This record gives sequence, C-alpha cells and structure tokens, in this order.
Amino acid sequence: MSVPAPAMPGSRAAGLTVAWRLAAFRSKGFPYVACTILVGLAVVAVFANFITPYDPEVGNLGDRFKPPFWQAGGTTAHILGTDHLGRDVTARLIFGARVSMVVGFTAVVVAGAIGTLFGILSGYLGGWVDQVIMRVTDTWLALPALTFAIFLAAIAGPSEMNIVIILGAIYWTRYARVIRSEVLSLKERDFVRLAIVAGCSKRKIMRKHILPNVLNSAIVLGTLMLGVVIVTEASLSFLGVGVPPPKPAWGLMLADGKKGLMAGYWWLTVLPGCCIMLMVLSANLLGDWLRVKLDPQLRQL
Amino acid sequence: MKRFILRRVGYALLSLALLSVTIFLFVRLTGDPAVLLVEPGASKGDLEAVRKQLGLDRSLWVQYVSFMSDLFHGNLGQSFYYRTPVLELYLSRLPNSLLLAGAAMAISLLIGIPTGIIAAVRVNRWWDSAGKVFALLGLSLPSFWVGLVMILFFSVYLGWLPSSGSGTFAHLIMPAFALGWYFAAAHMRLTRSSMLEVLGSEYVKLARIKGLPEALVISKHAFKNALIPVLTLAGINLVIMVNVAVVVETVFAWPGIGRLLYEGISFRDFPVVQATVILAGAMIVVVNLVVDILYAVIDPRIRYDR
Repeated sequence: MSVPAPAMPGSRAAGLTVAWRLAAFRSKGFPYVACTILVGLAVVAVFANFITPYDPEVGNLGDRFKPPFWQAGGTTAHILGTDHLGRDVTARLIFGARVSMVVGFTAVVVAGAIGTLFGILSGYLGGWVDQVIMRVTDTWLALPALTFAIFLAAIAGPSEMNIVIILGAIYWTRYARVIRSEVLSLKERDFVRLAIVAGCSKRKIMRKHILPNVLNSAIVLGTLMLGVVIVTEASLSFLGVGVPPPKPAWGLMLADGKKGLMAGYWWLTVLPGCCIMLMVLSANLLGDWLRVKLDPQLRQL
Repeated sequence: MKRFILRRVGYALLSLALLSVTIFLFVRLTGDPAVLLVEPGASKGDLEAVRKQLGLDRSLWVQYVSFMSDLFHGNLGQSFYYRTPVLELYLSRLPNSLLLAGAAMAISLLIGIPTGIIAAVRVNRWWDSAGKVFALLGLSLPSFWVGLVMILFFSVYLGWLPSSGSGTFAHLIMPAFALGWYFAAAHMRLTRSSMLEVLGSEYVKLARIKGLPEALVISKHAFKNALIPVLTLAGINLVIMVNVAVVVETVFAWPGIGRLLYEGISFRDFPVVQATVILAGAMIVVVNLVVDILYAVIDPRIRYDR
C-alpha cells in the first residue's frame, strides 16, 4: 500500500486485507446458509452440463406436462417433471442458474464500473463535471427502473448481451450517487492532500488513492444490487423482452408456466420462482452482512 | 421561500428536458426509428415514406425541436394496433391503474404500519426479528411470482377468486395484494426507523415522565409524528405503483397502464411504449417536485439547504 493512511481507529484500509478476511469469517453472524446457497448455485451453474443428461432446450413432445416423480404419473426419469414442450424441468432450472448468474454478475459489474467511474469523476473533479453527472443521475433515477428497462429492451431487441448492457445502463446511477458522496469526504483527507503536494496528477490520485478506498462500498452495493438485477432480468424475460426463448431462464420458465397454470401444473410456476427467491434472498443476506461488516457508513442506506 | 420554489421548479424542468433528450437519443442511436415506427411487415417504399414523413432526413437538432413541440401539444403519436391517439388510450386506462394502485397502497399500509410499529416498540425482540424476515422476503420475492402462486392457490385449487380480468371487487383482491406486497416491506422498514427516532425524542420522554400510560404515549404522541415520513413515501410510491405494475397487470390481465405497455411490446406498437415511458418519468419528476415544496412549507429549515 503506497497510501500513508492516518492511523486512527476506524479508518478503512484500502481493499480487503488478509487479516480482515480471517477476522470476518470467525465473527458472529456470518450468513453461512446464504453463502452455501450462492456457492451451490454457482457450482451448479458451472457444471450444468455434467449434472443433467438432458438438453434444456429440446424436449420430447410425447412427455408433455409430466409431474414431479412423487406425484401420480411422474417418473424418476424426469425428477421435477416436464414443461409444455416436454423439456426436463430439472435441466432447465440448472441451466437457468447459469443464465441468471452470468447475466446478474456481468450486469452488476458493468453497472458498478460505470457508476464508480462517474462517481469518482463527479466527486473529485467537482464543478461543471459534477453538475452534469449529477443532473443525469437524478433524471435517470426518476424513471422507474423496470419501465425504463422495458423501453430500452423494446428498442434493442431481446438478447442476453442487450440485457446486460441495459441493466448496466440503468443501475449505474445508484453507484454514482453513493461513490460520489464517499469521494467528497475522501478528498479532504490528509493522504489525498499529501498526494497533491507530492505532485500527483489528478488522474493518478483518482486511480491510486481514491479508487482503492471506494472499492469496499462498490462491493457492498454490488452484492445488494445483485438481487435487484436478477429480479429485473426475470421480469424482463417474463414479459418477453429479456432472454430470448428457447434459452432456459427462470423468468422465461415462469412465462411458459403460465400456460399450464389453470390446469394446476404447479411445478412449472412454483419451482423457478423458488430458485429466484433463493438466489435473491441469499444475495440480500450476504449484502446486508457485508454492509455492516465492511462499510458502517452505508448502514443507513 | 420564493427562491427555493423557483430553484426546485428549475431543477424539475431541467430533469424533464434531460428526460426527453435521453429518450429521443436512445431511440435514434440504437437503431432506425423508422423501423420501429412502421408496422411490422411494411415494404421498403413504406419505410422510405415514413422516414420522409417523420423528417428523419433532417438534422438531429431540428428533429428534437419538432419532437418537443409534438409533446407540448399533447401529440404522443398514434397507436398502430388500436388506431387511436396514444394519449386517449393512456387516459382511458389510467382510472384502472389508479384503482389498482390505491387498493395496493391501502393493503401495503395496513400491513406495513402496524408491523413497523410493533417492531419499533419491541425493538430487538422476537417481533422485530420476525419483521426483519418479513421485510427481507418482501424485497426478495418477485411480485409477479407472488401473483402466480396466488392464482394457483386461490383460483385453481380453492376456486375462491377469479384468476384474471376486472370489474368486480373480487377481481381486485389478488392483483392489489401482489402489487402491495413489495411496498408493504418498504413501508414497514420506514415506519420502524421513524418510530424509533420519535420514541427517542424529548417530547416522548416528557410524556412518559408525566406518567402517561405507554399505550397512550405510543398512540398519541409518537405515532402521529412518526407517520409523516411514511405518508410522504406512500405518496411517492403511489405514483411509482401506477408505473411499475406492468408485470402484475400482465399476470392478472388487469387493463391498466402496465398492461398497455405490455401490449405495446407484444404488438410492436412503439408509440405506445415510448409514450408510457415519457409519461412515467414526467409523473415522477412532478411528484418529487411537489413533495420537495410541501416539505419546505412544513419544515422551514429545508429552505436554506444548498
């Protein structure tokens, strides 16, 4: 660490130090269940091909609407049943985890990168740059996120790539706000002043001295945003402007499940929803814990 | 005060201007608006005609001016599908959306305020933890899934409530609950923190020192003051509800603005989609402005901020 951080209690070191990590895992209240679920979903997403023998996009029309194996008419060949095209629900759920994770994580990273960049520029440079960025942020925050996303998706057309860009383009404003206020207080700190005296360029100060100190907040915010982003993606897919069919996305499965809803084919609706809930709930629990641990300033958020 | 209001109005106008620029540019930068604005299956000649008619061969600046002048004249275009002006269509759906949002708001407040008060009075005890779990669930369950599961349970299995449509009170129950669910959690969290703040204040201490029964302190002294921020948020949320009900309205085939937006997407009826987004943004900017000004009227300290 090149930054001569003032050694007062409660000052946050740049990034995550090893000692901090060890202490954090030993401390009380670590969300074991949530982390286990998230890691489990990640493993399932990565090894999807090895876990299920079925192709999630191709079904056998002879096996339509088969219930889960414990119900009358179900078989152990399709443990969680099949959908309206005879596709294996288990396979679609497993591959759906991959879609949700990839889209969710990439969108959070894209939004975080844009938001952090603009937040730092806005907070550190101030003046008209700050004014312009903050006015745009305010305006974008005024638009209801889902409506805005639907509008953009309707223009851009459905694809996973477009979803990531759209979600990034919508949610960066939340980071920009928080990061900017952090930077405003950071830039008055001694280590930044010393860097200015030492002749650092503005660019170098922002990159080497400000950025490492706002990363904690960005990570906390990112974890909390993961849930929001996944629900938005599911909503867009449900409405038909998200992940294009026949890809296995949980939101799309819910849209398909509607076709069998009135006939009482509950597994097509309940199961994908449970997956979304598990993932979002876990991300929120982890985010809440990280917020308290990493960044006391964000507790009021 | 006058200066404060003027500045706020200025900010709101700036926001509206930026909003229009954002939407105008997004439509033009991400593709050819003529493709979005002709009906699907139109020929190349039609496309050329539309481009001419819309003036897409002119400079961006000229296009923007005419886009804005159309907006100011209330001309939001013509729906391809319904063959009527979009504004007319929008206004005909608005009452349904307001009805749904009003019912959802009532449900969210009826759930959120009592649970929030109990959580604050019994802070850090069993009730408080239960409230936290409830709030977390509210924020984690997608509202449309709550709606689908309710249909499954109350319509398909029990046969108590109609699964879709509108017209009677029974039609309203499930969509209102699905929409209000998420907001109930938000209202509960705010009620709790607002109550906690008020309960720690001097006048509540005084009421207790006077020897008033705790129930009276909470219901008469604390509750009334704690309610102000909650009702403010509820006011803003009502407008947000009108505009985010799209998924819930789609699930229940409720004929509101959200359903209109969904139809706009399904039928590739772009003028409808664009108008819904513009009006949503405009509504929220205006409501934020009204809330800002009302707050300044109530609390003079705010006027000197910034």
